[in-house]
Amino acid sequence: MATQVFKIPDSFKKDAKYTFCPGCDHGVAVRLVGECLSELGLTENTIAACSIGCSVTIYDFLNVDSLEAPHGRALAEATGIKRACPDKFVFTYQGDGDFASIGLAESMHAALRGEKISAICINNTTYGMTGGQLGPTTLLGQVTTTSPTGRNLEYYGYPIKIAEHIALCDGTAFSARVSLDSVPNIRKAKQAIKKAFEVQMKGLGFGFVEILSSCPTNWRMTPEKAHERVRDEMMQIFKPGIYKDITKDFSNEN
Amino acid sequence: MSNIVIDKSKCKACYLCMKECPKNLIKISDDTNNLGNRVVEFQDPNGECLGCAMCATRCPDLAITEVYRG
Repeated sequence: MATQVFKIPDSFKKDAKYTFCPGCDHGVAVRLVGECLSELGLTENTIAACSIGCSVTIYDFLNVDSLEAPHGRALAEATGIKRACPDKFVFTYQGDGDFASIGLAESMHAALRGEKISAICINNTTYGMTGGQLGPTTLLGQVTTTSPTGRNLEYYGYPIKIAEHIALCDGTAFSARVSLDSVPNIRKAKQAIKKAFEVQMKGLGFGFVEILSSCPTNWRMTPEKAHERVRDEMMQIFKPGIYKDITKDFSNEN
Repeated sequence: MSNIVIDKSKCKACYLCMKECPKNLIKISDDTNNLGNRVVEFQDPNGECLGCAMCATRCPDLAITEVYRG
């Protein structure tokens, strides 16, 4: 008798079909969020705050209540939702331009206030939906439509390392960076998302996961080459790991 | 016997699943779906599938909808 080891999570709308480009890792990230919501039994009790960018389409696929926020203001809106309905589970799903450029103030202050919210940020080093412009996380030397000779240090400065910055905020309970370049890393990413959801359920503080993702269309690469770029270039600068976890017990370590 | 179920209408022909399968059981088929993509198909004549679900974990489009191990 064969046992079912994989199925579409219950939290997905029936016959949901992704509208992302072929090979885009947003699809994997949305599925992981859906799996975590299903496994923690949160689907019926969740409100999502949606952002602007490719990430906005999450409300087309997940069977949860959602509100659309102006560009970058998803965490400000999520704060309002959580304060009005403290018994609801609230999460945001944002891109790096939304979270770390336009909405950096909202994001940092939500973490500093220790709002009981979970935030997922997809980092693909570019503005995907608008055609591949230079974003806050664009790597030095990376060619985009607004930096045709590559991001240069004198003119544009350094890319932001979001997970480390959020980890420095005192209100943060969990901050991690994960990658979707390979199957083992996808499984680690799911554990991190689940942890970020659990710290909210326990009321410990702000939970944050930065997910390194690929954008084959705007990087002008095949999906496979894009994953190699995530592995060889992005993961060297944006190192995956758990940067803050207040639930971790350090008493057995020296 | 382990097997997978592919929803061909969702496949966008990125072929990431083909590289993940440790037994190379996922191949490009001759069919196209109504998105115009040359979809993948599962061929397992000798019952080699392990049911590891790596293809479904990798698939970015929920096109591999079910995996059975046994």
